[in-house]
Amino acid sequence: MGARSKIFPSFAEAVRDIPDGATIGFGGFAVVGMPINLYGAVAAQGAKGLTCVSNSTRGGATLPPEAPDMGQMIQNGQVKKVVCAFTAPTRASQRLILSEYVTKGLIEAELVPQGTLAERMRAAGAGIPAFYTPAAVGTELAEGRETRVFGGREYLLEHALPLDYAMIRAYQADAAGNLRFRRSQRNFNPIMAMAARVTVVEVEEDILPVGAIDPDNVHTPGIFVHRIVKIPPPPEGWWPQLPASAGR
Amino acid sequence: MSERTKGLTRQQMCDRLAMEFGDGWIVNLGIGIPTLCSNFDFGDKEIIFHSENGVIGYGPLAAPGKEDLHLVNAGGQHVTLQPGAAIVHHADSFALIRSGRIDVTVLGAYEVAENGDFANWKMAGQQGGGIGGAMDLAACAKHVFVAMEHQTRNGAPRLVERCSIPATARGVVNLVVTNYGLFEITPRGMMLKEIGPGVTVDEIRAATGCNLIVPREVPPVQLRE
Repeated sequence: MGARSKIFPSFAEAVRDIPDGATIGFGGFAVVGMPINLYGAVAAQGAKGLTCVSNSTRGGATLPPEAPDMGQMIQNGQVKKVVCAFTAPTRASQRLILSEYVTKGLIEAELVPQGTLAERMRAAGAGIPAFYTPAAVGTELAEGRETRVFGGREYLLEHALPLDYAMIRAYQADAAGNLRFRRSQRNFNPIMAMAARVTVVEVEEDILPVGAIDPDNVHTPGIFVHRIVKIPPPPEGWWPQLPASAGR
Repeated sequence: MSERTKGLTRQQMCDRLAMEFGDGWIVNLGIGIPTLCSNFDFGDKEIIFHSENGVIGYGPLAAPGKEDLHLVNAGGQHVTLQPGAAIVHHADSFALIRSGRIDVTVLGAYEVAENGDFANWKMAGQQGGGIGGAMDLAACAKHVFVAMEHQTRNGAPRLVERCSIPATARGVVNLVVTNYGLFEITPRGMMLKEIGPGVTVDEIRAATGCNLIVPREVPPVQLRE
């Protein structure tokens, strides 16, 4: 292989160069495909003034209790802004670390409808600067913003959301960075990989030799992937787990 | 929540909405009460459940011990896949939503107005909110159904003239089920279609914050035995 290897020996190594002020996308949905180990690595690396893009700022039931998530980075004072589809608790019983920081004015929270969030990153990855969507028309989120009528229906202008870094989790990778996801693990991950200048992947299975994934079965081509790290077994690596009480 | 002295249980509310699903419909269920729609026995009807995180064709919840840690629905519940299921990424999942492929979305709400506006992402006085996919779904699904309690915990009406909290979408709701009955948003306003067991029209009027169109005969809520 002529190009520099994409296989990194550690998560720390793979996130070492993140500068202050970077915009980072964190993939995953309800812990599935969530880059738990890379959250921990960015939290330890310490870059500040970050803009973090993610579906939400918290994990979920299958995130081990001590595992890192965006909440840890927020508590570290690393986060300047979040761009999410959830910026408040969805239940009265739920607590969100983000909330107190937003209330104190320490963090800016941009709330984006989930489909718009996905499409803004898809557009960035596809070389499209902006697009119109019917989502959020007529709501508080559209106040003071440009809309346009097509075919008698009103649409809201939305801008592409490019990322400096994408932090994602995949099921399989080959040494060329070709990725496969399993079940609902795909979610935001392939989109963030395409929207980012640098994509870092934590990989569940042993990294495969180049060519071991049939080209027809590649979900994210290696040209969008720059750094891959195999997740060690627990306790060194973080893996989702069912809560002790789950369904029993 | 399963025992009520009068009115509909949450499962009965969702059963009533599920009866309206057509054969072959692609259905998206919101978090909370609406997820109960998937418990309905659809008989010969083929229903395809779609979830925002890209799962097309999910089935019942996984049995304890059989959960797949790679597979959840939009509520984070461990579900199963039906034969013929497919997985797409988030942008394709919402392409499917935005392009009008979803036949019905069933959502929870804080308020529904008589003009079809509804609110479900931001509580009064809250900073930020939890929109998830609700704005995309509400703006683009062919039908928007709402399942919610008739009143708040404090006894305030949820069926209102105009939403008092920020709306999720304008003029989109078709059908609402509450524990008190089934309501249709018509061009003339909110119409009582079917009445819950043991509830009177006067009680419903008293608990409703908008004008209610009440036909001369209001049948009881249809429920399958």
